[in-house]
Amino acid sequence: MKKRMTIAALALMGAAFAAQAEEIGNPERGAELWKDCKGCHQIGPNAVNRIGPQLNGIFGRRAASIDGFKYSKSMARAGKDGLTWRLETLDAYVHNPKALVSGTRMSYRGMKDDADRADLLAFLRVNSDNPADIPEAEPTAEPDYPHLDPEVLKITGDPAYGEYLSNECTTCHQSDGSDQGIPSITQWPQEDFVIAMHAYKQKLRPHPVMQMMASRLSDEEIAALAAYFEALE
Amino acid sequence: MTLNRRKFLGVAAATTAASLSAPQVWGMSSGKPRVVIVGGGAGGATAARYIAKDSKGAIDVTLVEPSRTYYTCFFSNLYMAGFRTLDSIAHTYGTLAADYGINVVHDWAVGVDRDAKTVSLAGGHTLPYDRLILSPGIDFVDGAVPGWDVTKQNKMPHAYKAGSQSELLKKQIESMPQGGTYAMVAPPNPFRCPPGPYERISMVAHVLKEKNPTAKIIIADPKAKFSKQALFQDGWSRHYDGMIEWVGPDFGGGNVEVNADEMTLSIDGEVTKVDVCNVIPAMKAGRICEMAGINEGNWAPVNGHTMQSRIDENIHVLGDATNQGDMPKSGFSANSQAKVAAMAVRGALTGSKVFPAKFSNTCWSLIDSNDGVKVGASYQATDEKIAKVDGFISKVGEDADLRQRTYEESLGWYAGITSDMFG
Repeated sequence: MKKRMTIAALALMGAAFAAQAEEIGNPERGAELWKDCKGCHQIGPNAVNRIGPQLNGIFGRRAASIDGFKYSKSMARAGKDGLTWRLETLDAYVHNPKALVSGTRMSYRGMKDDADRADLLAFLRVNSDNPADIPEAEPTAEPDYPHLDPEVLKITGDPAYGEYLSNECTTCHQSDGSDQGIPSITQWPQEDFVIAMHAYKQKLRPHPVMQMMASRLSDEEIAALAAYFEALE
Repeated sequence: MTLNRRKFLGVAAATTAASLSAPQVWGMSSGKPRVVIVGGGAGGATAARYIAKDSKGAIDVTLVEPSRTYYTCFFSNLYMAGFRTLDSIAHTYGTLAADYGINVVHDWAVGVDRDAKTVSLAGGHTLPYDRLILSPGIDFVDGAVPGWDVTKQNKMPHAYKAGSQSELLKKQIESMPQGGTYAMVAPPNPFRCPPGPYERISMVAHVLKEKNPTAKIIIADPKAKFSKQALFQDGWSRHYDGMIEWVGPDFGGGNVEVNADEMTLSIDGEVTKVDVCNVIPAMKAGRICEMAGINEGNWAPVNGHTMQSRIDENIHVLGDATNQGDMPKSGFSANSQAKVAAMAVRGALTGSKVFPAKFSNTCWSLIDSNDGVKVGASYQATDEKIAKVDGFISKVGEDADLRQRTYEESLGWYAGITSDMFG
């Protein structure tokens, strides 16, 4: 937690890059962790797209913006909605890819350790093509994302309350799970649902309607909705 | 508490002081508690469905709606430009009757006796209620546009209640002579669907650009600014440059007169011959609210916590007919308010749990093919009104992909809200 606060604070201050990469984490240790990624991704002078897109210049890049790479529909949608890879969003994505981009093709469970992610991101910074223009965090970013208090993830949602609250969702999201134009939200694993909603609430996921809807849901209400929609046939 | 209780249509007075008491939990009568809902649109159909669904048969629900086929106003502009068929915006009440056990009565409600707690129907029957929900939408203010009244609406359609009027206006637009003029008389605030007139202009321009590129569009508007103005005006200059002239109040847009026999529109005394004249007059709550004696001015004031009338607590009012505070008059708003009212009604009649009221609204508009924009906000009830909490609006200069996605999102919303209304 402390580490992440440091990262965000530094990004906000817009400190010089060289210092920043080091302050994000330890890039040398990140190079070790990169072994988990390099089966699918390349980075560096001769990097090309493989199973995953090449990651040069990933900081500041719009999601799904490499021409010719076949992204998932979900990632393409996130990019069109405005998802840009900056420190906070990359950190959230590496922590739990499907929580940030539901239908991503990246079959990676997520890197749960804060320090590991910080080191990996420091490595990605060092190896980015154009390290000078690290984007500042947007002012709306919550400094402690994605570290929801573990207690928040432990909340047992009341599906009956969720059913009432779902009234607001079903004006757009169809309760039979159809996903024409607007994504299906039924039968998500509860934890993914909760993390996704908090990602909207903290304005990491970019869609403005969802940011607004999530912004006034309490932790208990999000848990209740997750419980209700997971069980909805 | 002083109530001004009026009688209508000669229904006998049957005043009991008890009807003034606080909401009571049903329990002593032989039958189930009865809810009568007048109006089967976004407010009424949603309320009927949610009360029937969530009370699981414990409440007797009657829905009074004169139309056997309901055409949604939302997306009727898209129909005029050929983006939707008329069939695709038509809905019937069979599912509400068959799957939800709602007693659907196709008749006009023509009177409310608030003391006897009955609704009288044009067909002669009387429906008793424990709670009444009025969701009648809008009617037009008599004399609002000099020269126009309901007898002129076949020459100068409003097309602001969807169905035959939409078909008529579509045909008129398609039959305009080359280089002809389409005029719109826009309504003053407040009115149903704030972006509606301007989305319609966009859709008319879309048709004319294809079929009649030298035609002109004039909008006479009594309002100095309108919903999504920057987005529409940017879109009009990108897609329909030079075709649309908007005349605001500074140039006499609020001082109009029409002549349906001559097909002329006078703006600030200057008379123009037009080929289509789409008159959207000033609006008021659907007339049944006035007949029930629950209006103040043109609209029915409500308590945002429950959507109860501020004049009679046994009546809830939804949607366009209400004066509730900050929410726009839209189908989305009515649907949102209906869920709050349904919960309050169930709580009052069966003792089910009542949660704090929350509301939201989003209005999508189409400017041209795949160029969709939206505006929305969330709201909460205060003692004074329904108050805006937070909102957002599309931005000028968004890329084409995002605009297309916004349009596609509106298609998803249409499917979502209509199944939320009609089952």
